[in-house]
Amino acid sequence: MSAGAPAPAAGLGHALDLSSTQPIPFARLVRVELRKSYDTRAGFWLLLSIGLLVLAAEVIALAVTTVQDEAMQFGDFVGTAAFLTSFLLPVLGIMVLTSEWSQRTAMVTFALDPRRPLVIAAKALVGVILTLATVAVSIAIGAVCNLLYGAIEGHTDWTFGFPDFVAFTITQVLAMLGGFALAALFLNTAAAIVVYFVYKWVLPGLFAVGAGLIGWFSDLRPWIDFQVAQEAIWDWSGSGRDWAQLVISGFVWLGVPLVWGIWRVLRAEVK
Amino acid sequence: MITVEGLTRKYGSFTAVDDVSFVCQPGRVTGFLGPNGAGKTTTMRVMVGLTPPTAGRVTIGGHLYNDIPNPGRHVGVLLDASAQHAGRTGREILELGARTMGLPSTRIDEMLELVSLTPAESKRRLRNYSLGMKQRLGIAHALLGDPSVLILDEPANGLDPAGIRWMRGLLKGYAERGGTVLLSSHLLNEVELIADEMILIGHGRIVAQGDKKTLLAGATHTAATLVTALDNEALAAALSARGLTVAPAGEGLRVDAEPVEVGRTAAENSIVLVDLRAAEGALEDLFLELTSDTQREEVA
Repeated sequence: MSAGAPAPAAGLGHALDLSSTQPIPFARLVRVELRKSYDTRAGFWLLLSIGLLVLAAEVIALAVTTVQDEAMQFGDFVGTAAFLTSFLLPVLGIMVLTSEWSQRTAMVTFALDPRRPLVIAAKALVGVILTLATVAVSIAIGAVCNLLYGAIEGHTDWTFGFPDFVAFTITQVLAMLGGFALAALFLNTAAAIVVYFVYKWVLPGLFAVGAGLIGWFSDLRPWIDFQVAQEAIWDWSGSGRDWAQLVISGFVWLGVPLVWGIWRVLRAEVK
Repeated sequence: MITVEGLTRKYGSFTAVDDVSFVCQPGRVTGFLGPNGAGKTTTMRVMVGLTPPTAGRVTIGGHLYNDIPNPGRHVGVLLDASAQHAGRTGREILELGARTMGLPSTRIDEMLELVSLTPAESKRRLRNYSLGMKQRLGIAHALLGDPSVLILDEPANGLDPAGIRWMRGLLKGYAERGGTVLLSSHLLNEVELIADEMILIGHGRIVAQGDKKTLLAGATHTAATLVTALDNEALAAALSARGLTVAPAGEGLRVDAEPVEVGRTAAENSIVLVDLRAAEGALEDLFLELTSDTQREEVA
């Protein structure tokens, strides 16, 4: 340093004493990330609208079936909600991650904890927690609707087996993670949502056309069509081939974008 | 203490930071001064692990930033006061920081009071904050964990003169208690007011460093002094007799010499001085001169 600068006093502590500082516990990271998911208007309204849509879907199902005297099971109510939440949960998975980039808060987040893999894992876990909460809300509202159905129609059918419950939960978590993986890959809310809906809506059509026109593609398709492969979860299929197709196609649509995206986030300059 | 050793960061063929080395001592405020695009921000981003260096390294108190557990408790960072979610309230932003670092929420009230943000202001969303308020909030965020090192990028940007004075008092007090402060600015006046030590960077290279006196002394630059005496005419005569150029300026005189030389002349001639100082702009001239080949505008 300059000649004019006085030598710093002895014992002023040039070295940081880290001995009494504990790393940030993972549970605390998860709690903070969970709070971030609902402490903004965008996050709050997304969560609230998921809840309201579930409520609206099941109430409409109740109204229609009781008016028309259709037979309804407990599982049907929950299934109606699941159809809608499978659109919104990927958006949730996307926003949990991309809002840090669109609002540039990643700079603050990674400065407070430079262990980026842990921060991303905490965010993924928050997505899973919120998905499980959505599942719980769907089932609770479904139960109430089924009770009302019973009161109106005079008979109730509580058919909603454990395999269905497990399949419902797993497919919802996979839907959310699908959004999360694309979010990690693009780090941009709009791009991730667009690509997700292309994957969800356009791709199955293309796969069907491809399989119809090209012989070898129809053999390949089950191994790369993750959405069709997920039916093995619902069918509780005993076929090892079905499960292998689920794992392989899941690797293509979840594993590759997630690993590639996270690799990018870990190396990225955070601006 | 912050130690930067041979730090280089390249983007393709462009070298943003070119073999930069310096040390920020505890107990002092170090100003990091340079024109826009000189490499200040890149250097600070490498310090806190957000940008990987191409070569060289930065240690804080002997550790790489990424090796410090719960780094917010040791190093306070403010890189961009606007890089916070616009939809969160000021208080919520501090709440998230405090929770991450494991601090009680009483710390949030203390910090809000320290940076003079009222409870009503803290409940507003960030998008409704002025730049000055964002800077105050950013300082509060950096100080939350009671760190011993502060790294602040352009913290005075957007502050009014009273705000700059406030920040000077805050950072000087912090340094006097043994803290290390590094703050950057492209405005010389800000740094001159706040910093004990200055590091001048241009084009990714350090062009000069030291305290204000050392920098001025080292410059090959004709010093100028403003002086006012009880008897200006007698002083002008005495200075002219020593061969110095003297010109009237305001109520006093402008002399092309170091203040010490003017003072000595006055003392030798028993002339009473009421004001003696280096002419404003001496450091600015030096700054422009040192960074001239990196300036975007031609220096007149």
